[in-house]
Amino acid sequence: MSEKTTFTSHRGLELREDLIFEIGARDRSGVDLAPLRGVRDRLGGITREVVDLPGLAEPEVMRHYVRLSQKNHAIDMGLYPLGSCTMKHNPRLNEKMARLPGFADIHPLQPASTVQGALRLMDELAHWLKTLTGMPEVALSPKAGAHGELCGMMAIRAAIKARGEIQRRMRVLVPESAHGTNPATAALLGFSVDEIPASDDGRVDLEAFRDKLGDDVAAIMLTNPNTCGLFERDIIAIADAVHEAGGYFYCDGANFNAIVGRVRPGDLGIDAMHINLHKTFSTPHGGGGPGAGPTVLSERLAAFAPLPRVVAGKSGLELVEHGDQTEGGPFGRMVAFHGQMGMFVRALAYMMSHGADGLRQVADDAVLNANYILAELNGTMTAPYLGPCMHEALFDDAFLKDTGIETLDFAKAMIDEGYHPMTMYFPLVVHGAMLIEPTETESKASLDLFIATLRDLVASAKAGDTERFTTAPQLAPTKRLDETRAARQLVLRYRSTEKKQVRAAE
Amino acid sequence: MSAVKFTKDHEWVSLDGDTATVGITAYAQEQLGDVVFVEMPEAGKTVSQGDEAGVVESVKAASEVYAPVSGEVVEANPELEDNPALVNQDPLAGGWFFRLRLSNAGELDGLMDEAAYKAYIEELD
Amino acid sequence: MRYLPLNDADRATMLERIGVENIDALFCDVPAEARLDGPVDLPIHKSEMQVERDMHAMASQNMPAGSAPFFCGAGAYRHHVPATVDHIIQRSEFLTSYTPYQPEITQGTLQYLFEFQSQVAELTGMEVANASMYDGSTAAGEAVLMAHRVTRRNHAVVSGRVHPQYVDVIANLSDMGGFGLTHVPPTIQGAEDLLSSVDENTACVVVQNPDFFGSVNDYTELAEAVHARGALLIVVVTESVSLGVLKTPGTMGADIVVGEGQSLGNGLNFGGPYVGLFAAREKFLRQMPGRLCGETVDADGKRGFVLTLSTREQHIRRDKATSNICTNSGLCSLAFTAHLSLLGGNGLQHLARLNHEQAVDLAGRLGAIDGVKPINETFFNEFTIELPQPADMVVEALAVRGVLGGVPVSRLIPDGGFENYLLVAATETCAPEDMAAYGAALKEVLS
Repeated sequence: MSEKTTFTSHRGLELREDLIFEIGARDRSGVDLAPLRGVRDRLGGITREVVDLPGLAEPEVMRHYVRLSQKNHAIDMGLYPLGSCTMKHNPRLNEKMARLPGFADIHPLQPASTVQGALRLMDELAHWLKTLTGMPEVALSPKAGAHGELCGMMAIRAAIKARGEIQRRMRVLVPESAHGTNPATAALLGFSVDEIPASDDGRVDLEAFRDKLGDDVAAIMLTNPNTCGLFERDIIAIADAVHEAGGYFYCDGANFNAIVGRVRPGDLGIDAMHINLHKTFSTPHGGGGPGAGPTVLSERLAAFAPLPRVVAGKSGLELVEHGDQTEGGPFGRMVAFHGQMGMFVRALAYMMSHGADGLRQVADDAVLNANYILAELNGTMTAPYLGPCMHEALFDDAFLKDTGIETLDFAKAMIDEGYHPMTMYFPLVVHGAMLIEPTETESKASLDLFIATLRDLVASAKAGDTERFTTAPQLAPTKRLDETRAARQLVLRYRSTEKKQVRAAE
Repeated sequence: MSAVKFTKDHEWVSLDGDTATVGITAYAQEQLGDVVFVEMPEAGKTVSQGDEAGVVESVKAASEVYAPVSGEVVEANPELEDNPALVNQDPLAGGWFFRLRLSNAGELDGLMDEAAYKAYIEELD
Repeated sequence: MRYLPLNDADRATMLERIGVENIDALFCDVPAEARLDGPVDLPIHKSEMQVERDMHAMASQNMPAGSAPFFCGAGAYRHHVPATVDHIIQRSEFLTSYTPYQPEITQGTLQYLFEFQSQVAELTGMEVANASMYDGSTAAGEAVLMAHRVTRRNHAVVSGRVHPQYVDVIANLSDMGGFGLTHVPPTIQGAEDLLSSVDENTACVVVQNPDFFGSVNDYTELAEAVHARGALLIVVVTESVSLGVLKTPGTMGADIVVGEGQSLGNGLNFGGPYVGLFAAREKFLRQMPGRLCGETVDADGKRGFVLTLSTREQHIRRDKATSNICTNSGLCSLAFTAHLSLLGGNGLQHLARLNHEQAVDLAGRLGAIDGVKPINETFFNEFTIELPQPADMVVEALAVRGVLGGVPVSRLIPDGGFENYLLVAATETCAPEDMAAYGAALKEVLS
C-alpha cells in the first residue's frame, strides 16, 4: 500500500503532535496567578532553583490534548469488545452529578456535621450493593478491583488469624484460568498459590478441587461467571466443600455485570467479593483508572471489614475512623480517607437510573448480546466450550490453523476495520484466546456489523490474504509498535540532552 | 568439553572440568520470542538442582531459569546485561547464562542427551 | 430504559437466532435454588431528571469548600483547577478509553502518560517515575514493599511525622505481608530520632516533606546515614504543589519518592479519586510496582509509545509479580499533567510561592489572636497551631459560624495528647476576606 506523505506530517484530520517538552517553554504559562508580595519566607532555605518543566498557553494546551485524544479509540466512538473489562456506555449524568460542588468540593476531613449528604450517599450506595449481592457488609474504600481483591483476602487472613490458624492455613486455591491479580494478591499476603485445573467444559474440575482441599487451605479464589465467560455450575458445591474444610470463598466479582439482579452472590455461599464499579456500574475507565472496588463480606467476615465505616450516630451519620487493635475487629486501613467518592456518586446515579428492574435487564441484555455473538460466529470462528455463555463469548485460534495468521495479527486487522480488538491470549487455558464482551449497551445493528466484519476477516484469512493481517494496522495513527525495542532500550522519560544527541546523530 | 545435557525446562548444561556452563536452548528462546532482560544469580550463591536460579524475560512472558545441577555460582554472563538479544542470536554459546562449580557430577546422568531432548521437544509440538 | 438499545423485537429475533425459548434459558447454568424470580427489593428505575433531583438533595446537605472560608489540608488540598483541565478529562477519547493495551489506537493516552512520567521525575528530582498509583497512601505502602524487595530486608522504620493514615496503610500492608515496622511516636517539633531504630534488618526509613505537622525538612544528612546502614530512604510528599519550591527529595538523596498528586488538576472529591506519584532511582526500576510507559518506534520508524516492562506485572508474573496492581489512576494523572502543562515550570514555582505567602499571612493573623500559638519554625502552605481548648470543638464551633477552619490533629491521632492542636492550610484559593473572617470567627470562638 503506498502512502501519501505530507509536508507537515499531518494527515488530514489526523494531526501529528509533539511532546510538551518539544513545544512548550518553562516561562510560558496558561494560568494567570496573583503577583507575589515578596514576604519573608519561612521555608528555611530548603528550596530549589528551577523547575525545568515546559508550560503552554491555554490554546496550545487545548490543542495538544485534543490532538492526542484523537489518537485514542473509545467507547463513545465504537464497539470496544474487551472481554473481562466491560466497556459499556458511561452515562454523562454520572459525570454531571459527580461534579456537583456538594460532592466534588468537599474535604475528606471536614467535620461530619458538614458532610451529612456525602455520608448518606455512601450509606445509600452500601445499601444498594449489599441488597444486590445479598451480603451483610461492604467495605467501600478499596480503590480498584485488585485493591478490593486485596481487601477481601485481608479480611480472610484476619479471620484465620483470629481463629489462631495463621501458621497452618496458608494455601490458597486458584483456578488456572484466573485473572493474574488473584495469584498476585494471594502471594502479596504470604499465601502459597495452588492451581486448580479446569475441566473440559471450561469450569473448575470439582473432583480435582476436592482433592486439593485440606486443613491448610485458607481460601479458594474463584471468578464467577468465570474468565471463560461461563457460570460455574458447581458453585454451591464448591462453597460447601471449602467451608467444610474450614476455608473461605473469595469470589472475583469482575463479571458481576452478567448476573446483577439475577443472582445474589450471598445465596451462593460466597464470603467476600469485590465489585468493580467501573465494570458493572458504568463509571468510566478513564484510560486505565481511577476505578473503585467496594468489597462485600459475609457474616463470617463482616467484623473484619476495614476502616473507615459509616455508622448512624447520635447526631446523624458518622465515620468510624479508628478501631481498637484487638483481634476480631477491623483489620486495618486500606487507604487514606474514605475511598473513591467520585466513583460512588457515579455508580449510585447509574443504579438509581436503572433501578432494580433495569439492573436485571442489564444482565439479561449483556448475556443476550454475548450469546448472539457466540451463536452467529461459532462455525466461522471456533468456540472451545459449548454455550450458553454469560456476558462474554470465548473463541480460540483453531480457525486460524494453517493460515499463517496468529491471534495478534487477527486482532490488529480489526483495528483497520474501526474496532478495538477483543481481549487476546486470556484466559490462558485456551490456545490463542479471543474473549469478546459486547456489553448490554450495543444495539443489534452494531452487533450485526461487528459479526459481519469478523466473518469477512475470517474469509480473508482462509483465502490466504495474510497481508491484511500481518501488516495491520495500516489505518491507525501508528503502525505496529516495536515493543522489544521499548523494553531493550528503555526510554521512560523525556531528556532534552539525549534528544539533541539523537537528533545530531540522525 | 564434554557432551551437552538438557533439562525438561529447556536449559542446557555443558561441563568443563568441574565447571558447568548453563544456558537456555534454541527451542526455549524461540518460544519466548525476543529476550529483553535476563536476571542472573550472583556469584557465590549456592544452588541445588531444580532451584530457581534466574529469570529470562521477553516482552510478553517471563520464565524462571532453574539450576540443572547443584553447585556454587562462579560467574554470570556479563554481556547479557547490555545485550540480552544474545540469548536469541546465540543461545548455545555466546548467550550462556551462568557458570556453576559442580557439587554432584552424578546429577548430570539424570539429564537428557541431545537426541533425547530432540525427541522430547518434538513430542511437545 | 435509556441506556439499553435493544427493544423487545430485537430480543425476540436474537433469542430465535440463538435457538432458545426465552432469556431464562441462557441462565440455565445458575443453580435453580439461587435464581431470583423477580427484581430485588430496591427502587425501580428513574428518569434523568428525578435522579438529578435526588442527588441534589444529598449534595445540598454538604458544605462545599467553595461556599465558605476554607482552611483544611492534612493530605488533601483545595487548589484552583483551570476550566481547561476539566474539559480535557471529559473528552470522550480519554474518559471512555481503557488501559492502552493496543498501542496503535491509544497513543493519546500513552503519550500523556510518558509526559506525566517525565514531569513527575523532574518534580521529584528522581530518575524514573511510573504512570501513577491509586493515591499517595497506597503508593507509600507499595514503596515500603518495594524497599523490602530491593534490600531483601524485612523491617521498616516510619517517622512519627508521616500522615497517620498513610502510616496505617503501610502498617496494614506490612503486617499482612509478614514484615516488621517501627512507627516512631509522633512529636510535633524538635529533632526526631529515627536512626536508633535502624538496624541490619531495616529495609527503609520513611519520612514526609513537608511533614504531617507542616514543617519543611532537609533530609540530606538522614539519607546519608540511612544509606550507610544499607537501607533506603523513602520520602512521602502529600502536597505536590510544594515540589514547585522546595528542594527536591532526589537532591536530598531519596531512593523512592511517593506523593499525592491531587493538588494538581484534581478536586477534593471527599477523598478520592486521587492520583499517586511514584518515582525512584533507575537502578531499582525492575522492582517498581505499577505501569510504565516507554518510547519506541512503529514499523515505519515513527516515534510512538507503549506500556513496557510488563513482565513485572500481575497479568504476566501472577504470583511472582511486584504488586497485584492492575490499574493506575489514568484520568487523574491526565488532570495532573494537563494542569502542570498549563502552569509550566515557572508557573508552578509561582503558584508554590503564592501558597507559601498565603500561609505566612494566615499564620501571622492567627498567631496574633490571644491563646493561639503557632508551632512551626518552617512550613510551606500548612502549619500547626496550639489552641487553649480542644481543636475538634473549635472546628465544630467554627463550622457553625460558616468557617471550615482546619483539621484537628486528634482526628487522625486520637490518643497522642494532641487534643489542642489544629492543622491549618492556606492555598491560592483563600481570599484576604476569607482570612479575615477566619480570624474574627476564631477570636469569637476562643473568647
